[in-house]
Amino acid sequence: MSSLVFHELAVRYGRRDAVASFSESVRPGEWLCLIGPNGAGKSSILRAVAGLVPYHGDVVVDGSSLRLRSARRRAELVAYVPQTPTLPGDMTGAEYVLLGRNPYISYFGRESADDRAMVDDLFDRLDLGPFARRMLGTLSGGERQRLVIARALAQEAPILLLDEPTSALDIGYQQQALELVDRLRHEHGLTVVSAMHDLTLAGLYSDRLALLHRGHVVAVGEPAQVLRPETLSEFYGVSVAVHHEPDGTVVVVPKRTVG
Amino acid sequence: MVTRMGAKGGRWWLPLSFMMLAGALFLGVMIGPAGSWGTASWNIIWNIRMPRVVLAGIVGAMLSVAGASYQGVFRNPLVDPYLLGVAAGAGLGATIVFALGRSSTSGWPIDPLPVVAFAGGLLAVLLTYLVGASFGANRSGVTLVLAGVAVTSLATAVQAFVLQRNNDVIREVYSWILGRLTTADWGDVKLVLPYVVVSTTVLLLHRRHLDMLRVGDDEAAALGTHIQRVRLSVVIAATMGTAAVVSVSGLIGFVGIVVPHVVRLLAGSSYRRLLPLSLVVGATFLILADIPGRVLQDPAETPIGVVTAFLGAPFFIVVLRSRRGAA
Repeated sequence: MSSLVFHELAVRYGRRDAVASFSESVRPGEWLCLIGPNGAGKSSILRAVAGLVPYHGDVVVDGSSLRLRSARRRAELVAYVPQTPTLPGDMTGAEYVLLGRNPYISYFGRESADDRAMVDDLFDRLDLGPFARRMLGTLSGGERQRLVIARALAQEAPILLLDEPTSALDIGYQQQALELVDRLRHEHGLTVVSAMHDLTLAGLYSDRLALLHRGHVVAVGEPAQVLRPETLSEFYGVSVAVHHEPDGTVVVVPKRTVG
Repeated sequence: MVTRMGAKGGRWWLPLSFMMLAGALFLGVMIGPAGSWGTASWNIIWNIRMPRVVLAGIVGAMLSVAGASYQGVFRNPLVDPYLLGVAAGAGLGATIVFALGRSSTSGWPIDPLPVVAFAGGLLAVLLTYLVGASFGANRSGVTLVLAGVAVTSLATAVQAFVLQRNNDVIREVYSWILGRLTTADWGDVKLVLPYVVVSTTVLLLHRRHLDMLRVGDDEAAALGTHIQRVRLSVVIAATMGTAAVVSVSGLIGFVGIVVPHVVRLLAGSSYRRLLPLSLVVGATFLILADIPGRVLQDPAETPIGVVTAFLGAPFFIVVLRSRRGAA
């Protein structure tokens, strides 16, 4: 299990600060969920950790800075699932998941028998067997999402970054995908940082929430502390009701303001 | 259990394509205006037909592998060495060498013709890429092709200008552009072979990276791929090989787009199969395409570029149509 520490992380696009100064510690095995309105900087934080955008400040995994690592070494520590993954329609499921082994293969090298066995095993454990030979173009949204998660797992990275992992899925697949991530988190001791729009789901699955607004963190804490009507209406500009279920689940329901 | 990851369907494509190549070699050596085996002398077979067939094979293989590689590295199934402006750039480079005087370079240890042609081709493809990238945020297919058209026009215009000021070399340049596959000898094979071997080796070594790029720059980078290094290595290698073969074969269009597409249809899109198969199928294709030219208008030759364009242009339109359906 690995810890992840953000140290005054800042991401700029031109003159615009997408992320101003983000400092936060994620404990080993913890699931931190970034929430906030569109453009709050959630994706930029994840992209910075994945090494896809230049940033100021530092991102530290288990005490050592990600800056010091090459792209390949970084991919051994951090697996990234983008909001809209590109799945070539004419690539098989097995070929796709095997791409996740890239960090362990030298520049001119090929996948070893071990790499293939590892991916094979992954298909069994995730019940993805039937999709190994199928073309990605023939799969449903939920099936694709499971393969994307499988590819991330093939990286064997202790830190998993998920950018809106459920935005393209219906409610059944949403739950299925998040249950899968949660199960894997416990089985593999993964540290998860995700960005999510659905506040109820965010609260349901993560240990802590960080509410971002225009690049700044405005609230951090357990779901019940962050998901409060006053806070949400202030930063989302909406009117919501927050229900607390007996089992501790926090449910966020929009309220109609007119009529 | 037979592992899902191991035995992939389509293993038999490679042996099959080699058999087709052997058949094409046989036909290429047998057919010609001087008759077939027995009637044609050994001298004609060995010194005229063999180098021509071998060179056609090398050129077809190189153009096909380069085409497939460009398509992979630009994530765009529409591009080929000609549409990217590589051929026009190489042609301009060659024209400049001719204009400066071939005789003055005859004593040089390395023939500057392929080197300058390579430089011209590389310059053209980089320009196409930069122009295409700056106007199409995602280097979308059509933008890149349009940029290639613009760069090709520019290179052709500069070439025309240079030629106008150097009337005396027009004949040499024109015959260079048309190619000399028809008069190829073993010296031509020796001239291009080193470039083609280096280029195809580098390209084949990047097969896995080309598959990585299929998931897009961001995800490939997040998986630890050095996008720029891969892209630059592949473009340089493909351009070097293309410029070298263009310097002996002249402008032969559409091979780099037709062959990889046929291979994709038959054996799938994975670059680990696509590149080696394009190599063999490309060689077969061009050897066969070279045969009708010898006998159609006998004793005159029909240029091979005419044959490939005749097959390739309709094919290109079909590809465009199917892509519109997919998008």
